[in-house]
Amino acid sequence: MNNLFSAATIFGIIGMAIRLAMPYLYAGLGELFNQTAGCFNLGVEGIMMMGAFSAFYVVYQTGNLFLGIAAAAVIGLFMGLIMSLISVTFKAAQGISGIGLTMFGVGLSSLLFKTLLQGTVQSVAGFAPLKIPVLGDIPFIGETFFQNNLMVYLAYCLIPVCSVVLYKTTLGLKIRSVGQNPQAADTLGVSVIKIRYLCVCIGGVLAGIAGATFSIANINMFQEKMTNGTGYIAVALVYFSGWKPKGVLFGALLFSFVNALQLRMQVLGINIPSDVAMMLPYILTIITLVFVQGRDAPAALSVPYERSEN
Amino acid sequence: MSKKYYPAAVKQPIKQLQMIDITKQFPGVLANDHVNLEVRAGEILALLGENGAGKSTLMKQLYGLYQPDSGRILINGKECHFSSPTDVIHAGIGMIHQHFMLVSNLTVRENVALGLKSSRQPFLDLNIVEKKMMEICDTYNLKLNPRAYIWQLSVGEQQRVEIVKTLYRGADLLILDEPTAVLTPQEVDEFFQILRKMAQEKHLIIFISHKLHEVLAISDRVTILRDGRSVGQRENKNLTKAELAQMMVGRPVVLQYERAAPSVGDVKLKIEDVWVRNDWGEDQVKGVSLEIRSGEILGLAGVSGNGQRELAEALAGLRKCSKGRIIIDSIEMTKASPYERILAGQSYIPEERNKEGIIREFDIMENFILEDHDKIPYSKHWILNFSNIAAATQKAVDDFSVKTPTLSTKVKNLSGGNVQKLILARELNRNPKILIAAQPTRGVDIGATEYIHRRLLKQRSEGTATLLISEDLDEIRALSDRIAVIFEGRIIGIVDGPTATAEKLGLMMAGVQEEEQK
Ligand SMILES: Nc1ncnc2c1ncn2[C@@H]1O[C@H](COP(=O)(O)OP(=O)(O)O)[C@@H](O)[C@H]1O
Ligand SMILES: [Mg+2]
Repeated sequence: MNNLFSAATIFGIIGMAIRLAMPYLYAGLGELFNQTAGCFNLGVEGIMMMGAFSAFYVVYQTGNLFLGIAAAAVIGLFMGLIMSLISVTFKAAQGISGIGLTMFGVGLSSLLFKTLLQGTVQSVAGFAPLKIPVLGDIPFIGETFFQNNLMVYLAYCLIPVCSVVLYKTTLGLKIRSVGQNPQAADTLGVSVIKIRYLCVCIGGVLAGIAGATFSIANINMFQEKMTNGTGYIAVALVYFSGWKPKGVLFGALLFSFVNALQLRMQVLGINIPSDVAMMLPYILTIITLVFVQGRDAPAALSVPYERSEN
Repeated sequence: MSKKYYPAAVKQPIKQLQMIDITKQFPGVLANDHVNLEVRAGEILALLGENGAGKSTLMKQLYGLYQPDSGRILINGKECHFSSPTDVIHAGIGMIHQHFMLVSNLTVRENVALGLKSSRQPFLDLNIVEKKMMEICDTYNLKLNPRAYIWQLSVGEQQRVEIVKTLYRGADLLILDEPTAVLTPQEVDEFFQILRKMAQEKHLIIFISHKLHEVLAISDRVTILRDGRSVGQRENKNLTKAELAQMMVGRPVVLQYERAAPSVGDVKLKIEDVWVRNDWGEDQVKGVSLEIRSGEILGLAGVSGNGQRELAEALAGLRKCSKGRIIIDSIEMTKASPYERILAGQSYIPEERNKEGIIREFDIMENFILEDHDKIPYSKHWILNFSNIAAATQKAVDDFSVKTPTLSTKVKNLSGGNVQKLILARELNRNPKILIAAQPTRGVDIGATEYIHRRLLKQRSEGTATLLISEDLDEIRALSDRIAVIFEGRIIGIVDGPTATAEKLGLMMAGVQEEEQK
């Protein structure tokens, strides 16, 4: 039983990693849109908390999961609009305004939790596992890959969608150019402002949904600060990814795998201090960040665009 | 011959463009003051003016990037209002900016397709773009690989991408802002052939330059701007350089200098078998040895990319020598930091003035004291003394006639020539024993160039040992006492400055040894 290398354990860890990767995928892909267009949004964590709360609250009141996701998306869109207003229109320093947005989101979600739900932790019926016919019956593999909930499948479907949007469409070409050389895009009649608003809002919507996955598609309850730094990791993942959707997938999986491994080792009682184990994924992130630094970074990342510059 | 590729271009071709009484005020600068200009189809108009004369500003208004404060723009006699580049592109106007507007990690064809509707919306149709793009390239003899990334291309190739981009959008009128500033002489010749071809195809071309010989070589007519005003319109018939220079600068300009015989002293800078690697770790300078004495100017001539930049950076202490020794005033300083070299009396005018010579976001005073801010009179006990700083900067700005609205103007708002004068003012203010001047007048107008040359000669008579690195043969020959020619990282020969001919130097720059030339 106590064997880390049994098939059951290994598939168990992989399965857990696949589920744990879900919020990183939504939030990471959202941040990828942000950054590809040259905007640096550190507010992801705050948007996620607001998404988590609004989704939970709507599901708690209505029992409708899709309304819950929609609520998280709308709140995310709204916070994305705030971020774009601050960083694109008013050209404020993006790092600082992002941190502000995070503090705002985390604080407001706690406040709402206390006033609307009296601060008591309750649970709702979240997204249930959806077994895919035939494939879901394969031993080990079925359970690992094909018995997840809808939001998990959607997260993985989003990867190719983002790839196509960014690399095969005229919109994607505009987004990439705006992040690399906004002056050039501007002279060709691409509206830098519109593209940046669009991407920051896409990022907001996806971050909101990422938050919702915590409260209605994973543990199905709401706690204060329950996203626990996931938003920041998502930002780091984008650097790790080399600004490619596939890289986000790889990073999210690697990170979640180490995380799942660490959780399982604790369950199995393997004797490493749990604090060290919990640090592992973060240490991994820092190490990889040092090595991948700036490989394909959008040259105009976090630089507000002003036309009169010559 | 069809020349319309822009899908939405159902419009009248441009036959005539007029800009009438255009005025544009920036804070502290009247950049354009009732400027008039006219071009017709099939014509190349040169817009000539010194740096800061307002050429780019005028063209940015035509391109919809700035709005004029007053004045009118007429196309085929009808008044037009452009509020964005999209309107302008639709009207058939294309602009190639002084700094290229290319996205470096996209391919050539992606850059061409950027911002256009595709035939397969919302998806890209890069193959169709490539096909149409190659038709244009064939018409105008432009050699380009549509799938190469921009960062892989030489500057000349990047410029061709810019041209294709504008033609692809169906531009009738092309605005070229100082297109030759970045090209080698051979590339300029090719480029002029493309321009002539475009004029034959009934395009209208506005060619901006401050180089007289280019304006005389390529244009049909010339409009001259000075200090924001149009001071002349001339047909390019029987025009002379001196006449143009006088209109452009507002006073007669000396194109030849009188130089006293050198009075050389001790060896100030000695370079012994120096090897330097480039950014990719390849040897770029391969055993250069030179001696420069006080009171002389040693010119280092060569086609760009033959190791000049790496050598200059090694001398400034910004790049390591992999072998060899650098001796300043008989003290070995091969490994010395830039600061130690400054203390030893060496000044450095870098080639990339905007990246290395100044801090663009700082103002004039701050840039002026960059190297000496920690010394009296600029500071004492770590506290900056602003009245002393302002006084010294004001004197330097006056001495070197740096044109600026105020001393606290950010350097990024100065024109290239004025930035260069500011750097020169800073570097010469310390009365250096040794001066390393890399491309000191590249992209600088003739008024400022003349001034810079005079200062270099003055410094020579005061005993400074100068290494003048330049690709401009006229400059090298006008100033140098001796000329060393660098080719593929080696000094191929050293000749006497005053007697060297352009042909001889040209052959040496191409790698032909002096003895091999009969
Ligand atoms: N965006 C700007 N803000 C303030 N001043 C500017 C700006 N752009 C140009 N200027 C000033 O306007 C004048 C004309 O500049 P420019 O048109 O770039 O000259 P040119 O292209 O002829 O060298 C210069 O004095 C320059 O400093
Ligand atoms: Mg200009």
